[in-house]
Amino acid sequence: MTNEECKKVVLDIIADIAPDEDLSNVKPDVRLRDQLQLDSMDFLDIVMELRKRHGIEVPEADYIRLASLDSSAEYLTPKFNALAAKS
Amino acid sequence: MTLSRIVITGVGLTAPNGNSLQEFRRNLLGGVAGIEWLDVRYMGRLLAGVCHFDPLRHQKKKEVRVGTRAGSISIWCAREALADSALGFEAFPKDRIGIYIGCTEHGNVETENEIFAISKFNYDTKYWSHYHNPRTVANNPAGEASLNLGITGPAYTIGAACAAGNLGLIHASQMLRLGEVDVAICGGVSESIHTFGIFAGFKSQGALATNDVPARASRPFDRARNGIVVSEGGCLYTLERLDDALARGARIYGEIAGYGVNSDASDYVLPNPIRQAECVRKSIAHAGLVPADIHIVNTHATATPLGDIQECEAIRAVFGSGCPDTYINNTKSFIGHCMGAAGALELAGNLPSFDDLMVHPTINVDDLDPACALPGLVLNTPAKAARIDTILNNSFGMLGINSTLIVRRFVA
Repeated sequence: MTNEECKKVVLDIIADIAPDEDLSNVKPDVRLRDQLQLDSMDFLDIVMELRKRHGIEVPEADYIRLASLDSSAEYLTPKFNALAAKS
Repeated sequence: MTLSRIVITGVGLTAPNGNSLQEFRRNLLGGVAGIEWLDVRYMGRLLAGVCHFDPLRHQKKKEVRVGTRAGSISIWCAREALADSALGFEAFPKDRIGIYIGCTEHGNVETENEIFAISKFNYDTKYWSHYHNPRTVANNPAGEASLNLGITGPAYTIGAACAAGNLGLIHASQMLRLGEVDVAICGGVSESIHTFGIFAGFKSQGALATNDVPARASRPFDRARNGIVVSEGGCLYTLERLDDALARGARIYGEIAGYGVNSDASDYVLPNPIRQAECVRKSIAHAGLVPADIHIVNTHATATPLGDIQECEAIRAVFGSGCPDTYINNTKSFIGHCMGAAGALELAGNLPSFDDLMVHPTINVDDLDPACALPGLVLNTPAKAARIDTILNNSFGMLGINSTLIVRRFVA
């Protein structure tokens, strides 16, 4: 998985948990909370959906790594690739 | 102490056969029921009353996703009731508005959904939703309405089984009289059709209706009745003190005339006609009336073989044969049993009688059970009355909670 593919995975999740938001122009380097109506429960949703849909665990100490699309991809892409290598 | 007079100045509702008072009333007078087939988890196709309002009229998609069905029903009804009352809500002090919503139960839907969801993950609770607690707290339906509307006054639910809809109005009247709030949004809601447990429970109890034709399934007082049709729904009213309503020139649907609430203290499930009659008598005395003054008795009857007979026994004991101007009807024959919403919805279905002098019937009575024969029972087609000044609304619930509410035509 590339970083860009990983961002798409995260955006697909956000599309479901924040269905009123326009996601056509999300800036990858800007904090998601600064450009979208997302609260702490929504971030827990992102963590839950990564777990349910993709088997990816994000420990609480790492939640901050999901702040922006860029930081999410940087953090999650190796996890996706490690998981793919195992299977 | 002189108690303030309390009046109804707005109605917001969703019923299986209508999403406004006008549509609901038209269908009650036109004999149009609202029962359909519903796929219920683990159980298959069952009869149910389903509401078809559009939640996105008053909620964002995210609110619908995060919230509950009972929350959506509450928000719909609250916003429709406020709009109907022409209160000038935007400018009204939000801390002076109370929300009091009756519920039969709350939380079963979300709990069942979560257990089903984690069953797909070998019951690993790390997949349990972080929304479970806010969705299942007992105040959820009222709390969601307060969030959506920005109402900062008291907002909570009243658990009173299927008597809850009336209790919402009664409690709101008390809070208005105490001066706790200036406007009350009150009534009842139910999301129960989204839990299999309520269907399974009634089925195990031998009290779940079956019929090949959905519209014919809910048949109180008919000899062939065979149980309850479970329905969802909601009805919330805007209530105000009369002086406030008059000062702003509000339209007044009717006045809270009196009420009675008591408990059977005799059985978990079985009704008690002696206590029911006592509750009805209390309400009539509270209103300063006598039985012959009551023009419509809207029954609670749910179409269970025994329950209907027992309520008829209670009504017979109070009204006997000396009340020639008293009509008796039943709304569940159209919409099934809307549980916590039942009392509030069934009252709404009758309120327009003050204006049109029509009494909606009890439908689906092909063969009247002689044990349910009552003078004034309106069967299958509407009746035209000479005058309708009072409506008495019965709602009873499990664990023996009884409520009777009387609304009278407003006369200054």
